[in-house]
Formats: sequence, structure tokens, C-alpha cells
Amino acid sequence: MTTKPVIPPSTETALSRRGFFMTLGILFNGFAAMVLAVPIVRFLSSSITRGRANGYLSWVPLGNVSNFPEGETRLATFRNPNVMPTDGKTVDTACWVRRVAGDQFQVFAINCAHLGCPVRWFPQSGLFMCPCHGGAYYRDGSRASGPPERGLFEYPYKVESGLITIQAGELPTPGSAIASLTGEKPPCA
Amino acid sequence: MRVITKIGEWIDHRLQLAAPIREAAEHPVPRNTASWFYVFGSAALTVFIIQLVTGILLALIYVPSAGEAWSSLQALNHQVVLGWFIRAMHGWGSNFMVAIVLIHMVQVFLFGAHKYPRELTWVIGVFLLLMTLGMAFTGQVMRFDQDAYWGLGIGASIASRVPIVGPAVVKLMLGGPIIAGATLSRFFALHVFVIPGLLIGFVCLHVLMVLKLGINEWPMPGRIVKRATYEAEYHEMTRKEGAPFVPYAVWKDMFFAAFIILAIAVCAFYFGPFGPTGQPDPTIIQTAPKPDYFFLWLYALLSLLPPSLETPFLLIVPPLVILGLILLPFLSGEGEKSWKRRPIAVITVLMIAITLGTFTHLAQFTPWSPHMNAWSGDAVPDRYIHGTTALERQGALVFQVKQCRNCHSIGDTGGQRGPALDSVAVRLTRDQLIRQVIQGGGNMPAYGNNLSPAETTALVAFLETLHPATQSPARDAARDLVLNEHNPKPASQP
Repeated sequence: MTTKPVIPPSTETALSRRGFFMTLGILFNGFAAMVLAVPIVRFLSSSITRGRANGYLSWVPLGNVSNFPEGETRLATFRNPNVMPTDGKTVDTACWVRRVAGDQFQVFAINCAHLGCPVRWFPQSGLFMCPCHGGAYYRDGSRASGPPERGLFEYPYKVESGLITIQAGELPTPGSAIASLTGEKPPCA
Repeated sequence: MRVITKIGEWIDHRLQLAAPIREAAEHPVPRNTASWFYVFGSAALTVFIIQLVTGILLALIYVPSAGEAWSSLQALNHQVVLGWFIRAMHGWGSNFMVAIVLIHMVQVFLFGAHKYPRELTWVIGVFLLLMTLGMAFTGQVMRFDQDAYWGLGIGASIASRVPIVGPAVVKLMLGGPIIAGATLSRFFALHVFVIPGLLIGFVCLHVLMVLKLGINEWPMPGRIVKRATYEAEYHEMTRKEGAPFVPYAVWKDMFFAAFIILAIAVCAFYFGPFGPTGQPDPTIIQTAPKPDYFFLWLYALLSLLPPSLETPFLLIVPPLVILGLILLPFLSGEGEKSWKRRPIAVITVLMIAITLGTFTHLAQFTPWSPHMNAWSGDAVPDRYIHGTTALERQGALVFQVKQCRNCHSIGDTGGQRGPALDSVAVRLTRDQLIRQVIQGGGNMPAYGNNLSPAETTALVAFLETLHPATQSPARDAARDLVLNEHNPKPASQP
């Protein structure tokens, strides 16, 4: 490479030329960042947006109506409709099925309406009790005592040709779709 | 030896790091800071390094998959040589880290080290505390067992209470609609890449600022911090009566660091690793999830807050506390440093310590939770049915079968959710007992729909026998009077 004599540049033109390329460089990188940001943001927010189009909820079968004797509350399990290969056992979910009479059911989420711990059914005293913070619910799911501010979450259900199916697919929390599907129950004495 | 020196010189000729490192090591510090009170910062750094090393070792075996994490932990505990010990070191290290970071923070606050010009050092320290707690929570999730699964559910329930964006935050946190594979993977990314990366960066800044600004001198009552003069005074002090950090002060740090490492190792060896508890299978509902000790106070708080206050408290108080901690050095950046002249600072620290300690203590035996198995596990003590009538014995049976014991203790066994009933007949009359059982109230469910009249009569007959031999049961004096006026002989009650 031949060494060129260093010409002291007249500061103004050199500055504007270098400055122009510097600005152009920043803008070019800004453009590249924006191009990259679109897929990154879409990737990160996919767990939110994926559910928005058709929702995470779908109808899942719980079994034959005959499995649930009238007037009793039984534990049932179902597989969450959205499954990834690495989910293991976490996609199996439990729920409490109360057959009031005939085709009239109540299907309660296992999760306490307070902070989501698994509630247990005590047929003798007719109460659901939560082991975490002491919430208790009556047999119809309405709040009996403790910190919960509402009754148990209920899954919408339908009975078709002797099969009971529920609309599920989301962890029931106070803000989830399930919570607003059935709304709040008045506390019953 | 000469070869080693030569190699060292060759490297440093190119790196040129020896001089600045020597300068940093030998920088003068006030003589009175060579104190056992000044070792907690370096101890926190030591435990952090222990966590990095043991964490990398665990990652050699651990599988961050919801389907396999639990069995890989079992393999670490039982199959891999000394896997249990490395797990125990990491678990106990996290307990020590939270504890030491908190002690360091209290010491810094009581010695006035957060004041001018070390405000930013304190603020970065607050971030380091938050990241340490973040590591503690995400670490509990890595131990992917029942506690981790339901702990995530509690986290999701709290997040879902945020107005408007709550449901979106839950899905972002869980990586989907439920707690599943994506949830564990993203908590793994947080626990192993994101938070440790930030921690390393912020720890470097934190230590750099300690070096640049000098270590806080031992606070003397009456020596007031003023922005205009402090730095000149500090430099004068270190110039006149300072001593090089290495070796004058560092030996205490080194001793304490070694002591802490050995303490973690001893705890790990004797107490072993934490869990994992049952498999993270949401269909196994016979579980009573509980957080690790650094979040037990929160667990207690969530049980004891009035329901209507809970959501506002959860959403408003934590941001206020963090904001308060960040603003602290700007609100009290000057003035007295010594805790001997700062009574409010001392009282505040004591209050917070006592409050957190009390909640943590309560959470260890959860008096607010029903004892799920008390009704079938703890029999009514003999002395309570000795010499009772058939009706009263029937009542004792109802008492047991209807799970009253889950919430009420008699003979010191049973739940503590409701009051102990050993002397309930002294407190409540027959009519009050009937009303309480049927209608509930005061946080007790109503049993009217679930007890037949015969059962209620028997139960109340039993409850009426529950009083100390020396105390007579409560009775409604006015009612007795009225009944006696109208009927000379008391009529049998319905």
C-alpha cells in the first residue's frame, strides 16, 4: 500500500462529510435494529397473541355422565388442549365435577379463587377447603370463608349423547377468560 | 521462578493490567474500616461466586424440561456421585445469599454509607437485592416439584390482578395459557442467563464505585456529612491516617469469606439438598404448597390481610417500597451517619426485622390453614367423652365426622383456623351455639344445609359439655328468668 501524504483537511468540509456518514451509519443501524425488532417482539409476545385470535379455550371431554353419580362431587382429570412436546405431566389437569341432578352439572376449577392452590372436597361437611391460606367454599362453589373474594371458578359444560365436555385450556386466575365466563356468585348462607 | 516472572512480565507488557490492579488493591482506606462489621459485602460476593460455580455444575446434569426436570433432580440426588452435595450447596448458598445481602444492606444503612457521595452505590445495591430475590424465586421454580408448580400458580394469580394488562402478563410469564414446558424453559433462561448476566454487570459497577469513592469511614457521632466538604475531608483522612486495603483490611474479609463457605458446606452436608417434593403433576392434589423461607413472610401476609385490602396492597405496596429504597439516599443524603444519632433509622430497621420475623415464624406452622386430616387422624380425647350421655357421644361423632376438627382444636390437637373449643360452653350459650353452627359467621362456614336437626341437636349437646370442671357453662340469664316466670318448672326445650 502506498502511503499518501496526510493532508490536513479543511475542518468544515471533512466534518460534514464524516458527520454525514456517521449519521447515515446510525440511521442504517437503526433500520437494521427495527428490522430485527419486529420478529423478536413477535416471538416474545407470541404466548399472548396466539391466544387472541381464537382463544386458548376449546371443548374437552371429561367422560361419561354415568361416571358421576347424582348429588355427588367427584374429581375428574382432563388433558389440556394445547400441548407442547416438553410439557410432561403438567398438561394433565384436575377439576371437581358436581352432578346436581340429571344433566345439570357444575364443573369447578381445582384452583382456589384466592391464589390458585388446589382445593379439596370434603363430602361429609359439604365444603371445599384450600390448604394454602384457608379459603373454604360451599358445595355449589360459592365462597364460605377465608381470603377468597369470590366463589370457585366454573368451567362452562355441555352434555351430549351421555358425554360431558367442558370448555377449558387456560389456567383459571382472577383475570383469565374462565373467570369472566361464569361471573361472580353471590355468597350464599 | 525466573521463568514465571518473565512470562508474567511478557503478558503484562501487552495487557498492562498489573499496575491498575496493584493500585486498586493498595488504595488507602480509613484505618477504622478494617472491621468485622465491614465484611458482609465481600461475603455476598463470595456466596455469589459459590452460586455461579455450583450452578454451572448442576447445569451439567439438570434438564430444563417440564417432563424431565424432576427426574433429573432425582438423578442428581441419588445417582450422580455427590450430586446431592452440589444441590445442597446451591440451595443453602441461596439461603445464605439472601440473608447476607440483607445483613449487608442493614449494616450499610445503619452506618450511613448510603449518604453523599455514595447514593448511586446504594441504588445499584437495591437493584442487586431485587435481582437476588429474583434468583431466589426463579431458583425455586428450577426445583420443578409440587411446590414449584403451585408457587407459579400463586405468582400467576397475583400477576393476573394487575388492572387491564393482568391476563397478558400471566401469559407472558407462563409462556402460554397454563403452567407447562414453556414456563420452566423461560424461568430457566431468566435464572441462568438473564438475571445472572445483569447481576455480574451490576456487581462490577457496585465494586467499581466502592473503589472510586472509597469505603465508607467508621461513622462518628457528630461528624456531619456536607456535600461541600465531605470529599475533601475524606481524602484528607485517608491521606493522613489511611492504610492500604491489602493487606491491612482484606484479611478479615478473607477469613469471613472462608468461614461462610465452610458454613454453607456444613449446612449442605448435614441438612442435605432441598427436595424435590412430589412430582409436578397437577392431578395430584393432596399437597400443601409452601414457598422457601425468604418468601414465607409474604405467604403469611396473604393469609392475614383482609380480603378487600389484598389486591391494592399487592399492587401498590411493593412499588412504593422499592421507590422508597431508591429515593432514600436522595432524601437523607447529608447529616449524621452514626446510628447512635439516628434513632428513627434504628427503630425502622427493628420494626421491619420484627415484622418480617413474626410473619416468617407464623408461616412455619400456618395457623390459618385447615388441618386437612385432623378429622380422620386425631381422635376426640377420652376425657371429653368420659361419663357423657348417648346424645352427647353422638354429638362427638358428628363433631368428628363433619370435620370440625380441621379448623377447631380440642385437647390441643386439630386446626387453628377457628378458636379452640375446649371451653366453648363457657363462652357461648346453647342458643348461641346453635346459631353459630347453622348460620356460621365470623369466618366460619354455615352448616345449616349440611346438618340434619338431629345432628345439630347432638352436636350442640356435645359442645355444651366442653367446659372446665371448675367453670359452669354460659347461660342466658334473662331467658331463664322469663321461662321460670311463665312455667314454674322449666319446660323441656325443643
